[in-house]
Amino acid sequence: MTQTIRVRINGTAREHAVEPRLLLVHYLREVCGLTGTHIGCETSICGACTVLVDGKAVKSCTMLAVQADGSDVTTIEGLARNGSLHPVQEGFWECHGLQCGYCTPGMIMAGVEILQRHARPTREQIAEGLKGNLCRCTGYVHIIDAIERAAGARRAERGVGGDLKW
Amino acid sequence: MIPATFSYARPTTIDEAIALLTKHGSGAKVLAGGHSLLPAMKLRLAQPEVLIDIGRIAGLNTIAERDGRVVIGTMATHAEIESSALVARACPLLGQVAARIGDAQVRNRGTIGGSLVHADPGADFPAAILALDAELRLASPRGSRSVKAAAFFEAMMQTVVQPDELLFEITVPKTATSAAYVKSEQKASGFAICGVAAIVDAQAKTVAVGVTGVASKPYRATAVEAALRGRALTPDAVAAAAALAANGVEPLGDIHASPEYRAHLAAVNTKRAILKAVAQG
Repeated sequence: MTQTIRVRINGTAREHAVEPRLLLVHYLREVCGLTGTHIGCETSICGACTVLVDGKAVKSCTMLAVQADGSDVTTIEGLARNGSLHPVQEGFWECHGLQCGYCTPGMIMAGVEILQRHARPTREQIAEGLKGNLCRCTGYVHIIDAIERAAGARRAERGVGGDLKW
Repeated sequence: MIPATFSYARPTTIDEAIALLTKHGSGAKVLAGGHSLLPAMKLRLAQPEVLIDIGRIAGLNTIAERDGRVVIGTMATHAEIESSALVARACPLLGQVAARIGDAQVRNRGTIGGSLVHADPGADFPAAILALDAELRLASPRGSRSVKAAAFFEAMMQTVVQPDELLFEITVPKTATSAAYVKSEQKASGFAICGVAAIVDAQAKTVAVGVTGVASKPYRATAVEAALRGRALTPDAVAAAAALAANGVEPLGDIHASPEYRAHLAAVNTKRAILKAVAQG
């Protein structure tokens, strides 16, 4: 038996009949074709599948698509605006916040939430916010740099004395 | 990893949820935040025929003050408890414990009610609700009943909640700031290998100690509490009493920690939690 869900994904309203057991990550990738969200461990550990549901970072492998009915979902594909990367994406680009890139979409989505919570996060707050995201390449230093840079960029964007200019 | 098929119901009131539970009995499972149940379903350790999603019942995540107690709705997420100004003021221990659960994403979805009913031996909240003498309120076709935290956990992953019952709120007394949670965790999952919640009442000269992660079910370290009753909480007295933290329990052993190590951590973390609580008083 399928269930009809209505979800707003990256600003676009979608409606699909899905099996209740369909995981949100599979819905995004296989039904909506949004393969930017990655599947890593599928056990709520690695965070590669992190997306924002109603503005909150969640592991989309540990949520049913039917639970997202009526929600706003933002995936990595929804961050760039008018051809410009989101400050967190820009930070990863500038600071070389990735090597193989597999964990990157989840890291960036978690980074976006960190900046929602802390306008000026310390490196410790960034590391704590990334606790649920595993990277096996970088050793995390450049990832933390990237989010720290994005925080500065955002402040500059808002004209509140950011310390990074480009 | 894909769960087995099930049918899905999304009640909008507690009564409707109870009616569904009554109808489907032990074939049904309640879905709260899903951060214990969905992983179990993906591994096919749980295969409910009917999933009753209580996530859209209005008011179930409310955190409020009532009759001098703090009332926490079963659907309150760890993140909501962690960031609640009321919790920080009236029962800071719960906020401290919530902040140590899993990771940010898990805290955004996982709920206090789901965690308690799932009764994973490494869950964090049980240590706190035991130390706080919380009351858990269950609704069923027979009405509602209150269960003391000390009587709630029966065994590993087993509580007194019956197939037609729903845990709908948890109430805790307002407590002073003299409380602390000290935890040694399994790094990947964040589950407690040993978590100790301690509350110190300097006036009554009593301590309350809840321990999770060590045994198949969470427990009050009653030997520690008895040894410190009426005593001055000097570091030496606390250390001597804390050595009794695993008295009478059978510690678990797994790939993360042997029984001996868990018993050792129980003593160390109990000492640290009590001294930290004293320092905050």
